[in-house]
Amino acid sequence: MAAPAIYGRPKFLTDAPFHYCPGCTHGIVHRLIAEVLGEKFEQDEVIGVAPVGCAVFAYNYFNCDMFEAAHGRAPAVATGIKRAQPDKIVFTYQGDGDLASIGMAETVHAAARGENITIIFINNGIYGMTGGQMAPTTLIGEKTSTSPFGRTAAANGNPIHVSEMLATLNGPSLIARVSVHDVKNVLNAKKLIAKAFQNQADGKGFSLIEVLSTCPTNWGKSPLEALQFVSERMIPEYPLGTLKEV
Amino acid sequence: MNRQMMKGNEAIAEAAVQAGCRFFFGYPITPQNEIPEYMSRRLVEVGGQFVQAESEVAAINMVYGAAGTGARSMTSSSSPGISLKQEGISYIAGAELPCVIVNIVRGGPGLGSIQPAQSDYYQATRGGGHGDYRMPVYAPASVQEAVELTQRAFDVADKYRTPVMILGDGIIGQMMEPVTMPEYTAPAFDRSWAATGWKEGCGRERAVINSLYIQPDVLEKHVNKLARKYAAISENETMVEELYMDDAEYAVVAYGTTARIALTAVRRAREDGVKVGLIRPVTVWPFPEKAIEDAAGRVKGMLAVEMSLGQMIDDVRLAARDRCPVRFYGRTGGIVPGVREIHAAIHAMKEEL
Ligand SMILES: Cc1ncc(C[n+]2csc(CCOP(=O)(O)OP(=O)(O)O)c2C)c(N)n1
Ligand code: SF4
Repeated sequence: MAAPAIYGRPKFLTDAPFHYCPGCTHGIVHRLIAEVLGEKFEQDEVIGVAPVGCAVFAYNYFNCDMFEAAHGRAPAVATGIKRAQPDKIVFTYQGDGDLASIGMAETVHAAARGENITIIFINNGIYGMTGGQMAPTTLIGEKTSTSPFGRTAAANGNPIHVSEMLATLNGPSLIARVSVHDVKNVLNAKKLIAKAFQNQADGKGFSLIEVLSTCPTNWGKSPLEALQFVSERMIPEYPLGTLKEV
Repeated sequence: MNRQMMKGNEAIAEAAVQAGCRFFFGYPITPQNEIPEYMSRRLVEVGGQFVQAESEVAAINMVYGAAGTGARSMTSSSSPGISLKQEGISYIAGAELPCVIVNIVRGGPGLGSIQPAQSDYYQATRGGGHGDYRMPVYAPASVQEAVELTQRAFDVADKYRTPVMILGDGIIGQMMEPVTMPEYTAPAFDRSWAATGWKEGCGRERAVINSLYIQPDVLEKHVNKLARKYAAISENETMVEELYMDDAEYAVVAYGTTARIALTAVRRAREDGVKVGLIRPVTVWPFPEKAIEDAAGRVKGMLAVEMSLGQMIDDVRLAARDRCPVRFYGRTGGIVPGVREIHAAIHAMKEEL
């Protein structure tokens, strides 16, 4: 008799291998989402929206009907989907350039409408896909390919705290910031992602989970150093926790 | 439905609802506001959804989402707003989604004016967004025709899985005319491509609504497939109206409301003994090239009349293939060319040619 499987591929992931760099936490977050979806829903109950960014190919990985949205427009696309298919669980997966720069209007207004969708927001403080340019979330002092002397408020503006901002709105049912830099935090991230999807299933309205994430490639760090950077530098600027829950 | 007086914008909106459009996403801009206003109350009555989006960019992307589920969806705007929709239109064309976009054109460039214009012809017919794509564009000349073309637009969108544009102008949008809503029944379309929820063994492939083809050879194949679709649309869907052309020695070419004014001028010139006819493209893409080419072989000259500096005239010249000279008369900036001016331009053409 074969040993019972205790760990395997969630049904919400296809068997396509991830294209993410070694040490990139995009993959961890994909897996958490897929686990949560698999625990709660059938495949045909879910429709996802991929961003423009390193996760552009998320439609190859999430094993359900998927959309690829224009850069930053995923919340608008998800709005259209949800209005037409109100019984489906609709989620977007977006980076910080996508969500907090070019798509800020779409993000804020989907939240303000209380659109009953779930957004998983990957904050890695950089534009990964285009090669390491400054993001709206890049920390002050950090060098990027377009802030080569280190970001300063005077020259480059200030980092945007998306979750704090959205938490001031009446629309959202859950806004939380989590991290996946260690096991404890991974487990906690999964809990909040699960809550966000449950909220949608319960008709509670908009939820967004901000996940502090790594980009070892464009940060110029080893995978381990990148995880340390999250805990030592990012968390002080972007404190973890639930910012709004109704 | 009985004959009733309707404003063009409201008639377009009602025609869409009758055609089964249940999802409308818009943003206010003059002179098309009656469309979102009408939809905001009417879609509630029929169990549809209306969203006043945060911008035209968001509105067209909401259309992308709803259309990707196979639902009949629409957005409307006017020139500056249509510029903002170009990103979404390009993605919709690339992802092969059906939808209808209404452009009630106003004067430009920039913020321009809120008066009627036809200065978005290049943008509408050349694909205002990026990439190798085309889009059927209908240019109604009356409120009744706007109704019929709106319903046809939904069918053509579904048949070919393409965005379709209704290219009106401030006159069509604001004018009240008697309208009879046609009895409309939607043909059956295959929507097995739509993203409506998939699971293993459900009988179709997993849907991925997408316009990204990262491998050049795959993208080329995709674009060539689109090109075959556009060739079929040109073949099957071109519409043109020809009036007084049987014995014509001259032809006026005009579309939309300008064609109505031009028709009065043509009739007056006929009263003066000038054998002039009117060619009215109803689809401006695909452009009725054959009708123009055939006529160009028979007439001494053509006069393109437009509410712009002259944009459609390029298509007239291309189609006429130097078989006859092509002259132009137009007003721009939101000024409507009058019957007397067009009549004078017809006489000037006759004197010259
Ligand atoms: C309209 C538009 N502008 C710019 C780009 C180029 N672009 C692709 S990905 C990207 C940034 C993505 O960064 P982020 O959202 O932070 O995601 P990450 O790659 O870091 O996961 C940009 C600017 C684009 N595809 N479309
Ligand atoms: S570039 Fe950065 S964000 Fe993109 S896959 Fe590599 S490590 Fe991850």
